[in-house]
Amino acid sequence: MNSPAQLAAEQGNRGSDVGARAGVPAAGALLELRGIGLRLGVKEVLCGLSLAIAQGEMHVLLGANGSGKSSLAQLIMGCDGYAPSTGDILFEGRCINALPIHERARLGITLAWQEPARFEGISVRAYLALRAGAGDPAHHLEAVGLQPSEYLHRAVDKTLSGGERKRIELASVLALRPRLAILDEPSAGIDLLSMDDIVRLIGAMRVAGMTVLLITHQEELALHADRASQLCGGRIVASGTPVDVTENYRARRCRRCDGETCNHA
Amino acid sequence: MPELQSMADALRIVGEDPMAVLGPDSAHLVAYGHQLASMQSVPGVTVLATSEKGVIHARVVVAEGRQIVQPVHLCFGMFERFGAQVVELDVTLEPGSSATLWSHCLFTQVEKATHAMTARIEVQADASLAYQEVHYHGASGGIEVVPRATITLGPRARYKADFSLVQGRVGTLDIDYTVDVAEYAVAELTSKVYGFGTDAIRIREQVNLNGEGARGLVKTRVAAREHATAEVIGVTHGNAAGARGHVDCMEIVRDHAVVSAIPEVKVTHPQAKVTHEAAIGSVDSKQLETLMARGLDPESAIDLIIRGMLT
Repeated sequence: MNSPAQLAAEQGNRGSDVGARAGVPAAGALLELRGIGLRLGVKEVLCGLSLAIAQGEMHVLLGANGSGKSSLAQLIMGCDGYAPSTGDILFEGRCINALPIHERARLGITLAWQEPARFEGISVRAYLALRAGAGDPAHHLEAVGLQPSEYLHRAVDKTLSGGERKRIELASVLALRPRLAILDEPSAGIDLLSMDDIVRLIGAMRVAGMTVLLITHQEELALHADRASQLCGGRIVASGTPVDVTENYRARRCRRCDGETCNHA
Repeated sequence: MPELQSMADALRIVGEDPMAVLGPDSAHLVAYGHQLASMQSVPGVTVLATSEKGVIHARVVVAEGRQIVQPVHLCFGMFERFGAQVVELDVTLEPGSSATLWSHCLFTQVEKATHAMTARIEVQADASLAYQEVHYHGASGGIEVVPRATITLGPRARYKADFSLVQGRVGTLDIDYTVDVAEYAVAELTSKVYGFGTDAIRIREQVNLNGEGARGLVKTRVAAREHATAEVIGVTHGNAAGARGHVDCMEIVRDHAVVSAIPEVKVTHPQAKVTHEAAIGSVDSKQLETLMARGLDPESAIDLIIRGMLT
């Protein structure tokens, strides 16, 4: 286990930033990001970012608002405008930089957006059955704390509250059974009482064999992970055990930001 | 009768059960071309029709205070390749009555034809009418459909109309409906049309909120692809105290299609309020990416989004 001091000692070439161990499980990694850069307009949102996530791992990515977490999620998924300017995205050792979203999804990658889209006229039942053999949609709703009888017939539209929509997004990830689930701030917009539900849900994903990249700025969630990394200023500034990285994040050691809002991205 | 069989087949295309539509307890009128094929009244609902000089005159009256549970069906079809059909329709809901009226306009095999409907609908005080208008125009795109309607709502009346043309080609569609809404009455108009090829769509719907506390909603959903064109004009006038109206138009355009939305809101009373929203463009990228992240290819994802919007 690395202490914060050890982490800090791994400063590499980033001056006074807290150090990063990017590629711990590179051998046999399910997902590996090598030297990723991302430009959005004139802004360099990600720069030289490297990260590796092993098969079956739950990896938490911590970072203040504006640090580039959601941009990284969309880059891995292949969203429009989020192609890396440098570096490679490797999935099972294969470079997927050129693959469109649906082909990445068919390899087993999916993303639960921080602010999920809403759809007129598409029922919750249909949304949870987009994949052939997705299983019982009622079961997936129960797993996210929603009563199937109240929700299956409803549309995934603006009549749902933010929390309801978010839970349905997580249920859809369960239904999809991806190999890599990227969850972007899954607890944002959901009341505190249901934080335990999310922890249980992520546990269920792992039991189902999914690898989880959990993006959050909530330290409590990070403690349930196998490993954690801290993103700041568009790069990984710390990687290690959840306890160590959380402590590092809490200490607000980064010189680029105040720890609450990163002014980089 | 082969035409009745064709009508039954056409009803199935739009998801209707012909036995329910034409059953013994269903008030209905069935006409193909200018021939009246079947007509039936039931207690509380009078259906009368004549056909003369190339015009079908139809009249439907729901008696005062009667609550009609079974939908009233009006089926207009053309099963020849060429032709014309002209319909003048008069619908009255007497005070305190309620009914659902299904109008099926089914033109499955036409290559070049015209269907013109002029309707006068009166929903009297405290009455309620749900009017579902479902069209199927076949695959040729050679039909011209011109529905006109003037609808009058009495005090506290309710009128909910749904127009749907989302299967097959549209051809040329030119809708013009006007609703006059009295005090505390409610009008809700929804139109959903999917055009492609060289389809030409024009929808004009106007709601005049004339009475105190009158309410109106004009909601339009149009998808156009290939070389289709669409013009949507949603008009709401707030003319009385407490009148509230909203115009909501969403159009998805693809390929070389051209669409426009012209919301017109006008308020002539200081205590009336009318709002509008219009969104025209390609499929929402976040919706598209969300479905693609579930493994759908772009075409399937776009189709699902459009079908959802038009459901």
